[in-house]
Amino acid sequence: MIKPVLLWTDALIFLLIIIVVSFVFYAMRHEHLRAPWRQVIRSKIGFVSLLVLMSYVVVAVLDSMHYRLPLEQTNSNSETHYSVEVLSVLDAIIMPLKENEEKTYSSPLATNLFSQETVELSNGEKSRIHPRLIYGGASLNDPESEHVNDVLMAIIRGVAAGMLIAATLILLVLNILARKRSDSILNVFGAICRRKEKIPWHVVFFAGSVMLIVVAVAASLSQGYHVLGTDKVGQDVLYQATKSIRTALAIGTLTTLIMLPFAVMLGIMAGYFRGLVDDVIQYLYTTLNSIPGVLLIAAVILILQVYIDANPDLFTTDAERADMRLLFLCLILGITSWTGLCRLLRGETLKLREVEYVQAAAAFGVGKLKIIMRHLLPNVMHIILISVVLDFSGLVLAEAVLSYVGVGVDPSMHSWGNMINSARLEMAREPMVWWSLMAAFVFMFVLVLAANLFSDVVRDAFDPRLRKG
Amino acid sequence: MLAYIIRRILYAIPILIGVNLITFVLFFVVNTPDDMARMQLGMKHVTPEAIIKWKQANGYDKPLLYDAATNGTGALTQTIFFDKSVRLFAFQFGQSNSGRNIGHDISQRMWASLAIALPVFIIGILVNIIVAMLLAFFRASYIDLSGVVLLVVLMSISSLFYIIGGQYVIGKLFHLVPISGFSTGPDAWKFLVLPIIIGIVSGVGSGSRWYRAIFLEEISKDYVRTARAKGLSELSVLFKHVLKNAMIPVLTGAVVVLPLLFMGSLILESFFGIPGLGSYTIDAINAQDFAIVRAMVFLGSVLYIVGLLLTDISYTLVDPRVRLS
Repeated sequence: MIKPVLLWTDALIFLLIIIVVSFVFYAMRHEHLRAPWRQVIRSKIGFVSLLVLMSYVVVAVLDSMHYRLPLEQTNSNSETHYSVEVLSVLDAIIMPLKENEEKTYSSPLATNLFSQETVELSNGEKSRIHPRLIYGGASLNDPESEHVNDVLMAIIRGVAAGMLIAATLILLVLNILARKRSDSILNVFGAICRRKEKIPWHVVFFAGSVMLIVVAVAASLSQGYHVLGTDKVGQDVLYQATKSIRTALAIGTLTTLIMLPFAVMLGIMAGYFRGLVDDVIQYLYTTLNSIPGVLLIAAVILILQVYIDANPDLFTTDAERADMRLLFLCLILGITSWTGLCRLLRGETLKLREVEYVQAAAAFGVGKLKIIMRHLLPNVMHIILISVVLDFSGLVLAEAVLSYVGVGVDPSMHSWGNMINSARLEMAREPMVWWSLMAAFVFMFVLVLAANLFSDVVRDAFDPRLRKG
Repeated sequence: MLAYIIRRILYAIPILIGVNLITFVLFFVVNTPDDMARMQLGMKHVTPEAIIKWKQANGYDKPLLYDAATNGTGALTQTIFFDKSVRLFAFQFGQSNSGRNIGHDISQRMWASLAIALPVFIIGILVNIIVAMLLAFFRASYIDLSGVVLLVVLMSISSLFYIIGGQYVIGKLFHLVPISGFSTGPDAWKFLVLPIIIGIVSGVGSGSRWYRAIFLEEISKDYVRTARAKGLSELSVLFKHVLKNAMIPVLTGAVVVLPLLFMGSLILESFFGIPGLGSYTIDAINAQDFAIVRAMVFLGSVLYIVGLLLTDISYTLVDPRVRLS
């Protein structure tokens, strides 16, 4: 039997998903919350970027279900021992990427190693050649003549598979839509083609198909090759980049999850109670804000590292140790980033507490806590939501910079920052090793771009000042 | 006005004490004076006597925060924290672990940081205003739309990639300027031009978008409509009316970061090998040099508070409607 492992960040990620899902159900039953989300869904950019973000989230969630495999038993009656390596469901899905390691660098889709090695030929002479890869193109007998054809065939297979899956999914969606309106599928499809729909389904179908085809081509190619090459120790770059998704999303979301209660509570309290409470809270955030963020993060990470090194028996696996560092990174990023939201909420609450309905509630003798929960909190919700979505992309970018400075996630953890950091010196090689950087760049760029576009749409939909009519 | 400024400066003192306390506690959790002594004297063959001697020589032989043995105010003043913090308030940073004078190092390295940060800041604001003005002029057209898309794309790229890409294209591919390094002589511009360009480009995305939003908000106001109704051309409306009023948020947003320019840029400096305060800080973090880190934290906090104060003052200068009280 496998042994499930629940890391701290896993638990928090699942908690976050529960919160989001319950919020979605709550929002669906309330018209004033449904209206802005409808606006988000009806915008082309909004829906497509949501689709991209969701696909990242799926990968991250799969990567958050961890388990440990049992070791082979030597005698049957003894207790089962488990491997020290913590795997995730994602690892199980993309196992070929993880397991097939090469000796060192190989370029994308290569059949031979990037570097030359001296080999002894059968007649005793020595020669410098690029040796064949263990995995990449191993099925080919003569790489020079068969390579291009084989790659092309794999791409065609991938495109075909991707289109097939996309067509099935589109039919499924059409079927659901048709059933909901008790109309025929053809009529619904016609309406979408003539762009009569409020939700831009034609754009969504197109973008979804493109994404599926890209994934299918990558999957088909990785059956025989390292799609994005391998790094210095021969690990597949595509595997690293995919595993980094969870790290980035964890930092982008858990940081917010951790800091949100403090920021909201303190911000509203400062604005509502004023006086001494306000002074203390203002002092607190001015002090924290005036410490340069990087130095504070560096200090905490150094402390944690010393603590971990001093207590090695607290953690049974490397993954748990790396996870603890990730959690603390989220924590300290939260401490340095809650001040902005807190100040915004304080200002907004100062304004809101003078509004008639709050005054009326106070005059009726409604308790302070109840006023905060019933009247103030719902009316600052849009500020909270907008700043959460806006912060996300900044946090993902910050992770890369922090890992570069050396105070980011654990070096053993996959992250785009670590990939950039280790690939940085490879730029100086001649010819250049560019694929690690490229992979980190593309994966990160797509995520941050989607998050930026999505946050714009969300802000337009929720900010009452920007709302039309 | 003067009373307000004095009050704000007095208000800064408890904040600085708080900052000091936090950094002090954070670093002494990891790094006890005994550890520091051992690190300085070399890990091997350190006798307890040598540690005590080092602690006495460097002023680390007192209690950390509270001295229970002495009475009255002495309980608070006869401590390492008091000793080391009071000197910071007089900007006496003392010596780093390697025995160099930190204050001297900072005053030396400050200029290298400024040589990068100041041009990036000033040219950056100019570029952002020009781009935002252009987009505001062509607002709600395809030029505006594609411009905004381009800005979002630009701000979605990590600054690390701007640096790596810039170094590769300009430094390695075209050999226009050296990839990294620094010089104080007349050829200094060669080393400075690339980091400055990269610093500006990496800030254009978010900066221009923000300014564009400010300009558009100004454009939708009544006085702009009045100006147009009086028959002014669109260009003179934009430059004479909108720009002037939009400068209030632009300027005050810029003033708060102005003092922090002294701190330099962490990643630009370390990528380009510029001996400024940013790379100084990174080196100190890696070497766990507590004295330098504490000095930099203190300096950063002072500059931040100065920035806040300058922001408030600049509000009254550019916007006569605001009065300080």
